[in-house]
Amino acid sequence: MRSIRRFIDTAGWPRIIIGLLLLSLFIAAPSVGVRVDQSITDTIVRFGMNGILVLGMIPMVQTGCGLNFGLPLGIIAGLLGATISIEIGLTGIAGFLGAIALAIPFAVLLGWGYGKLLNRVKGDEMMIATYVGFSSVSFMCMMWMLLPYHSPKMIWGYGGSGLRTTISLDGFWPHILDNFWAIRIGRNFMIPTGMILFFALMALIMWAFFHTKTGTAMTAVGSNPDYARAAGINVDKMRTISVIMSTVYGAIGILVYQQSFGFIQLYNGPFYMALPAVAAILIGGASVNKANITNAVIGTFLFQGILTMTPSVINNAIQSDLSEVVRIIVSDGMIVYALTRATRKSR
Amino acid sequence: MTEQQPVLQMQDITKEYFGNRVLTNVCLDVNRGEILGLVGENGAGKSTLMNILFGMSIIAETGGYTGKVCIDGKEVVFQNPFDALRAGIGMVHQEFSLIPGFTATENILLNGEVLHDNIVAKLFGPRLKTLDLPEMRSIAEKSIELLGVEINPDTLVAEMPVGHKQFTELAREIHRPEMKLLVLDEPTAVLTESEAQVLLTSLRRLAATGISIIFITHRLQEIFDVCDRIVILRDGQVVKEAATRDTDIVQVAELMVGRSMSAKSVATRAYDEKTETVISIDHLWVDMPGETVRDVTLEVHKGEIFGIGGLAGQGKLGIPNGVMGLYPAGGSVTVHGKPIPLNDPAAALAAGMAFVSEDRRGVGLLLEEALDLNIASTAMQSQNKFIRPLLGGLLKWRDDKAIQDVAREYIEALDIKCTGTSQRVEELSGGNQQKICLAKAFALQPDVLFVSEPTRGIDVGAKARVLEALRTYNRKNGTTIIMISSELEELRSICDRIAIVDEGRIAGILPPSATAKEFGLLMIGKLKGEGSEVNSYA
Repeated sequence: MRSIRRFIDTAGWPRIIIGLLLLSLFIAAPSVGVRVDQSITDTIVRFGMNGILVLGMIPMVQTGCGLNFGLPLGIIAGLLGATISIEIGLTGIAGFLGAIALAIPFAVLLGWGYGKLLNRVKGDEMMIATYVGFSSVSFMCMMWMLLPYHSPKMIWGYGGSGLRTTISLDGFWPHILDNFWAIRIGRNFMIPTGMILFFALMALIMWAFFHTKTGTAMTAVGSNPDYARAAGINVDKMRTISVIMSTVYGAIGILVYQQSFGFIQLYNGPFYMALPAVAAILIGGASVNKANITNAVIGTFLFQGILTMTPSVINNAIQSDLSEVVRIIVSDGMIVYALTRATRKSR
Repeated sequence: MTEQQPVLQMQDITKEYFGNRVLTNVCLDVNRGEILGLVGENGAGKSTLMNILFGMSIIAETGGYTGKVCIDGKEVVFQNPFDALRAGIGMVHQEFSLIPGFTATENILLNGEVLHDNIVAKLFGPRLKTLDLPEMRSIAEKSIELLGVEINPDTLVAEMPVGHKQFTELAREIHRPEMKLLVLDEPTAVLTESEAQVLLTSLRRLAATGISIIFITHRLQEIFDVCDRIVILRDGQVVKEAATRDTDIVQVAELMVGRSMSAKSVATRAYDEKTETVISIDHLWVDMPGETVRDVTLEVHKGEIFGIGGLAGQGKLGIPNGVMGLYPAGGSVTVHGKPIPLNDPAAALAAGMAFVSEDRRGVGLLLEEALDLNIASTAMQSQNKFIRPLLGGLLKWRDDKAIQDVAREYIEALDIKCTGTSQRVEELSGGNQQKICLAKAFALQPDVLFVSEPTRGIDVGAKARVLEALRTYNRKNGTTIIMISSELEELRSICDRIAIVDEGRIAGILPPSATAKEFGLLMIGKLKGEGSEVNSYA
């Protein structure tokens, strides 16, 4: 009894309930004709696609900047990296790594400015971050039209200028991580080893960072800024570093997402990317000012698992094509649920 | 006490939290118009007992309690605080539960407003009745008057000094006609000595009107000043119940901590002026709200324990906060002859100074973090201790093992009660949290250690151990300690010299052997001109 109670205490009811729901969906799946192996593959792939975006929430939460609703800013840096990499004609692994290398400077620069801005609005970070995200997306909607891209793979066929809304990665780096050391069993089951390893690497870097002097200082800043100041820590600098990190993770995260998806989505693509990532880390048990890698891993798995399973199971159960509607209801419902769970641990 | 029915009887109250027994067969009676002092160390069960009395939800959530609570002889079981309020029980907490943007009147009559009928209310229901402000004002005035203080009922709470907030809260409880029993949880903790005196006088007046009072405080002297009876709790049991006149302060203190207190004062060394000056402060001003320092010049010598005392609000707290760079400051500070840049906490730490803040929870601790990190992180950030350089110093890796070792060392040295080095600090009691703050400063191995209000809000036993730890550290390492405290007795028991701050300036420096009268004169010396009563700065 006691060990069960301890498990409930450490895991928390929301995770247990969602976990049981996910399990029941997997159990119910065969009876309505949904293949379990296919479902597991989908869940793992979606986990890998979104995992790094969720990891990117951690630094800002840890320094007390709140949840990174400005994730689109990092995504834009990633999109710039991806499009420039294609523009200069890099393909294969060089294309993917090139995209990352090109995206990081943009992410650092944008993150630095974003961090400076957030330092001026302490206490209202999340509200401001939301609008930073929205306005940067709108600004880039203009820029995607105006920037001097020439690659025929990317620009509109008619008119001959401006980038398309969706750019195929065929011939560049589609599934480059997914297929790396991929394990395939039968026709329907696949583990995208490369993508999972890459996620693990990014998680390891994050973990290591929070074990350094700077990372510890960040934790102190998030936990109690007054303590941090009295300990001689430059609070604003730590916050800026955390925002830069979150933005860089956003940039790398979207590149991983795209290689698995096979397409680059521009214009309004980044608009709604922040909420699922925010919801995932909250479902994983993070609060508004405390998060760790376990929260990110568990949260991403549960959120993406439910998001994968519910539409297909319900769709097959009621024999009609409602998948998109169900998907939106479930994902937004989970986001609302997660946001109601958002707790600010008070001092 | 058979001649009259007690207002409150608590019989055989037993309470367990998850198998951990915190109250065992506690019995408590309060008679009409009686002031009962409830004392006990932190964790003795005072708060739990009062939570049961007040029907706080935490009690029911953790499995309820056994025993009986009777009000006026009738057994009651309060489901929530509203039941308790209706039964005529009021509680004044340590923290102010007042609305800052409302006036005293509005706060006092919150949710008990006097209402006027009007035509709109007749049409659309009672929620639209208008307030009878003059009537409300006079009720508020009456209950403030009953306390014997002068507070303008139209003052916004946000603009009141701390003491007046406390009185406003008290007035809110007593304005209700059904009020029978008032519980005061450490009402004087945030007050200056003179304000506390006024409060105690008010309590007497209240008791005379027939209201019973349960008075919880750490300041034993106040219990003896005001209470009729004392109940002493220790480890969840009543160890003694006695009329105040039948006991004395030493006995109560002993019963509280369960051990004899050693003779209070250890003879301090004769102050030797020849030792070198470690820190000299010259014409320091500090802009710390409520504790402005105007012009302070001081020299403190090596190995000395230097006390700074004075009334609240006179600026004694501003001195360490200014020197350590936490509030805007000017003037000059030199340590070992080297000038220290002000307004830069990192520079102050680098100069070998450390600070134990008076604001333990606000500045002193990372409440949500493990206690080892709390102890180590200041030393780690400012002195690169507990760091293992990796890749030729490129990576500064946190050395968790060294951090745990140092935490274990201080847990033992300071007798910190905890489950281990990874326990979160918010779970510790006030006294143990204070020891963590000390350990944090000790881990810096400072030349000069500022300790601000080290014993505020902690119990007698922990107080003695904190002072002992400071004294030992000073003797062993020759560290210069500058201790700021509101409690003169405490300063006199440990310091080599004591400076008294008045109106942001040093009024004088005395040896600890000086009489209380001399200290008192320095403290209030300049206040005299403006009238010495606390009400004067309303």
